[in-house]
Amino acid sequence: MLDIATAYNKYKFLGNDYLTWIWFLIETDQNISSLLNSKDVVTLEVGNSIVLENKLGDKSKEKITIKGDQAGLEEGTTALKKGAYVTQINLIFKINEDEYRFTIKGESFNITGLKTPKTDLSHKEDEIEGLVLEKAFFCLNIFKVIDTLFLKYLEQRADDDWNVKGLQNIRDWIGSF
Amino acid sequence: MGLISSTHSVSRYHIDGKIEGSITEEVRNGLIKHSIPKIESDYDEISAGWTPVESPYNPDFDKFSFLFGTYFLFSLRIDKKSIPAKLIQKYMAIEIEKKKEKSGRDFLSKQEKSEIKELVIDILMHKIPAIPNVYDILWNYEEKNLYLYTTQKAANEFFETIFLKSFNLKPIRLFPYTIVETKSKFSNPQKDRIQTLVPLKYSRKPHA
Repeated sequence: MLDIATAYNKYKFLGNDYLTWIWFLIETDQNISSLLNSKDVVTLEVGNSIVLENKLGDKSKEKITIKGDQAGLEEGTTALKKGAYVTQINLIFKINEDEYRFTIKGESFNITGLKTPKTDLSHKEDEIEGLVLEKAFFCLNIFKVIDTLFLKYLEQRADDDWNVKGLQNIRDWIGSF
Repeated sequence: MGLISSTHSVSRYHIDGKIEGSITEEVRNGLIKHSIPKIESDYDEISAGWTPVESPYNPDFDKFSFLFGTYFLFSLRIDKKSIPAKLIQKYMAIEIEKKKEKSGRDFLSKQEKSEIKELVIDILMHKIPAIPNVYDILWNYEEKNLYLYTTQKAANEFFETIFLKSFNLKPIRLFPYTIVETKSKFSNPQKDRIQTLVPLKYSRKPHA
């Protein structure tokens, strides 16, 4: 295994490319459940923010941030067309009836603002174990989905026909704006 | 923000290695050995250690549980003394004036001012209480997964150091590369292939 700090910097693009692919999946109405081989009904939506970056010629970067519950994503799609990629995205995952909202950063996979489905249990002493277990279940469930989808993405990306299928589909989507 | 709050920030770790002997007992021993001191040190700028999730200000692992179902759940508490710069400035001005009066001189040397500053910081550090921050940790030992409920860099660094000291297990931060290395079932040729990947260019005419 590579040195951790080196590996973090060298492969952070994989996380950013993954988030860009997720946006593509959402916008092109892909079936997430079948991608995950899941019996659960899993759906994905872009939440209230998306951050993109575009490397400019002189080693500087352009950062495009779109925020707001009803924000249009046109500036984001324009940025994609100019060569930008997603570095952070707020997502709404629905697994059957359960809704999760969170922001994920591509390079670190750090999760912030995670809201898990509501639980009926209170913080009373006798219910604390139940509450902990239920919260743990929800948190671990969402990480499982994120990782499974990420590894699925890499499986496709490492495949021989990625350039003619996967990448081409994303380029067609970006070209359609 | 902890596990049972309404919103969470989470960073994840893969825990490398195994505990020899009784896992629960060894974890209990590690937690007790490196729990945050009950009595705050007057002079330490930073103090950090484990505490039960149900009792962040009384680190008593005999009274409070760290085992919930199949998970270990406990907290990392980091107490930090932070002296506002303006407070240092105020007391330095007072002490400088006192010294000038006592010595009958109009000015003090750089060395004297530096000594006064050190003294002022020492006195204030002794007087000022530490501010506690508590971060929950959920550890699934069997699956080698650990969740630290914060994404703050300083807290992550404290956690990594204290965890290694407590349990002699190395926490490996999970991010794209380490997820592939530790959580995937990819074959070695597939992993090699992934390591040769480069950032995608999405536009048909790549931007310069």
